[in-house]
Amino acid sequence: MDKSFQAAIDDLRTILPPDRLLLDNSHLAAYESDGLTSFRARPKAVVVPESTDEVVAIVRWCHSYKVPFVARGSGTSLSGGSLPVEDGIVITLNRLNRILELDHEERIAIVEPGVINLDVTKAASPHGLHYAPDPSSQTICTIGGNIAFNSGGAHCLKYGMTSNHVLGMKVVLATGEVVEFGGRSREHIGPDYTGLFCGSEGLFGIALEITLRLLPTAETYHTVLVGYHSLEAAGDAVSAVIDAGLLPGALEIMDALAIEAAEAAVACGYPEGAEAVLIVELEGPREKVEAEKEQLEAILAKTNPFATRVATNQADRLFIWKGRKSAFSAVGRLSPDFIVQDGVVPRSRLGEALRRIDEMSLETGIRVANVFHAGDGNLHPLILFDGTEEGGLERAEELAGRILTMCTEMGGSITGEHGVGVEKKEYLNQMFQTHDIALMENIRQAFDPALISNPGKMFPGSEAPSLTQTGLHPLEKAGLISRE
Amino acid sequence: MQTKPSLSDTPATLVSTRNLTGITEYDPSEYTFTALAGTPVSTIKKALAEKGQYLPCDPLLGNAGATLGGAIASGLSGPDRFRYGGLRDFLLGIQFIGGSGSLHRSGGKVVKNSAGFDLPKFFVGSLGRFGILTEVTFKVFPSPPGSLTLKVPCTSPEEATRIIIHSASSRWELEALDYHPSHSALYLKIAGPLTAVKSLAKEIQTTLPGTSIHEPDIWNSLLELTLFNNSKSVVKVPVTPKLITPLESALKHLPETTACYSVGGNLTLIGTSDLHALSRTLAELNLQGMTIQSPAGSPLWPGKTTSTAIYSALKSTLDPDNRFPSL
Repeated sequence: MDKSFQAAIDDLRTILPPDRLLLDNSHLAAYESDGLTSFRARPKAVVVPESTDEVVAIVRWCHSYKVPFVARGSGTSLSGGSLPVEDGIVITLNRLNRILELDHEERIAIVEPGVINLDVTKAASPHGLHYAPDPSSQTICTIGGNIAFNSGGAHCLKYGMTSNHVLGMKVVLATGEVVEFGGRSREHIGPDYTGLFCGSEGLFGIALEITLRLLPTAETYHTVLVGYHSLEAAGDAVSAVIDAGLLPGALEIMDALAIEAAEAAVACGYPEGAEAVLIVELEGPREKVEAEKEQLEAILAKTNPFATRVATNQADRLFIWKGRKSAFSAVGRLSPDFIVQDGVVPRSRLGEALRRIDEMSLETGIRVANVFHAGDGNLHPLILFDGTEEGGLERAEELAGRILTMCTEMGGSITGEHGVGVEKKEYLNQMFQTHDIALMENIRQAFDPALISNPGKMFPGSEAPSLTQTGLHPLEKAGLISRE
Repeated sequence: MQTKPSLSDTPATLVSTRNLTGITEYDPSEYTFTALAGTPVSTIKKALAEKGQYLPCDPLLGNAGATLGGAIASGLSGPDRFRYGGLRDFLLGIQFIGGSGSLHRSGGKVVKNSAGFDLPKFFVGSLGRFGILTEVTFKVFPSPPGSLTLKVPCTSPEEATRIIIHSASSRWELEALDYHPSHSALYLKIAGPLTAVKSLAKEIQTTLPGTSIHEPDIWNSLLELTLFNNSKSVVKVPVTPKLITPLESALKHLPETTACYSVGGNLTLIGTSDLHALSRTLAELNLQGMTIQSPAGSPLWPGKTTSTAIYSALKSTLDPDNRFPSL
């Protein structure tokens, strides 16, 4: 470690004890990657704060020494959002895992960023409440990470994404300023800073306390698993449901390859021979669900399914979902490596998008399993490859890129819920013009003038600033240290 | 014609977007539409209704002539926002003229999108201080087949608060839940398949004695602010249900002041003849408000105010030449 960084670290030692200031390679290795496993970077240090005050002190230390930092929850980001910066530190927030307050009467929960997503619902459920955003990683991912990437899940069409469930937060910005946005109310006045901070991919600062809104848990669910002999038929069924004016809580599709994987992983027992399965879930008071399920039955009957299974109880319902929820990891059984892609197309063009993905797959000889949130056009092509094969990763990434280009050509998005991160920063200019990206960079600089908060992410061509760049280190400039 | 005159009551050249109207894209199957920012809310509602859809965020002052851009800039959502969310939850994308005079886009046109910063949300409630909205894209939902409005009598703010808390966590899935202290009543809206609506109404009548079916036009009194026709000033204050009782208590001491608690006790609209006194009262309760209608020269932000370095930084980033007034 060079002398100037050594001096900075010595200062950091006054904030954190040795067991929470990790400098040893063996400790650092565990943080080298996140859910985007093909990228690795070893940080200079990992710090483990246990309180809000410590987080603020660390960020202020980073600001004064111009040390880049990456805030990290459980590191499940699929876009490399928590990938470390080599010349910086990782601030892991797992120990800030307290639910500070749960007010079941006002239906809010105030949580620290390290609280695991599902734990919010677990705490709320004795009161008949739940926290709606449910990404498939919810047993592991943290609220802080959900905030950074505006995480979604299977219920976004009806209930929105993370941002729609965050009422306020206390944050420490990259400048070290501690500020409160929003509050306990569902309503706000003045610009919606809370909304701007959600989905900012860690480029503004770190959320310290987050006020979440809780919704009453539905009285009844009606969950149907439908088997089709073609992906197109499944897509058309989704259109039929939507066009009939029904608003299901969830609409999910998996293709044959994804089904094969899920079956091997969790023996979900989906209809044999299905080219695609559709999961439709209605929810609400029993009277509404009774009426709507009749409507749904009539609609689905006309869509040519070959198998229909209706969940008759909660266990059944969870079993139907098991296959879908396991899909991403299950695909790991089909192939040594895979890329989880995330893109959006206008919902009515889903069928077309899947045909084109299929064509690209045949053309390249690269297998693609498809899992997606059919209700909102959010695709998750799972691109299978073998990393030990020469050029295997590169070819898979190229296909992933072509799929993204297709999404933007169709008027969709390069990301529905995983964010841009490292993975897609070079595609940001497919969605936004140069001057719009420049405006976003300026906005980022308002929050983070020193470019130390999760640098190298989201923006095309961005590089993380390095302490070893040419020129004097700030401490050298200040005459406090000098190199031998 | 301005429906929320206080929001632009500041020394500035007024740029009217009144002629910037028209729906440019609408595919009911996609649950989205795009329209120029000056399009009246009433035009949108009509076009959506023709396709069996609606705007769940329920912008205020539609009949009075509110436009989409004005609705977004003011951040004024109405009673029906209780069910699914407000303007910030249904705005997907924007095009706007920034401080440098360039035309910018942010967000997208599909219902799910995580690319780039969420400037559309930031613009909700920003009163046109960071740019002029030119085109906007919204998410919409299918209209429920039927709905019923119920009136629930209550004799005190404490009782109203208990009813709100209970109802908001119930299985009823209320579309709207408002408390009108001046009527000693709450108004509830349920919607869905008609058989379900009738059944739920029966249960509500059993649970909350004295409940009766009511004309739906009661919602307009808040939606159009006609409730406050005789008030000199109308102010919006974000609150929570547990603030209803203390606020009602405090407002009793103010002359000609009446409040309505909408969105399950999250949104208070207050009409008053003494905005300065209201401002002091709000500050004492640690609340902040925004004046919607008031004589020229009135304070825009009654109550507690805060200033942050980040506001100044963002203002100078988005509007380096100070083309737009400050908040």
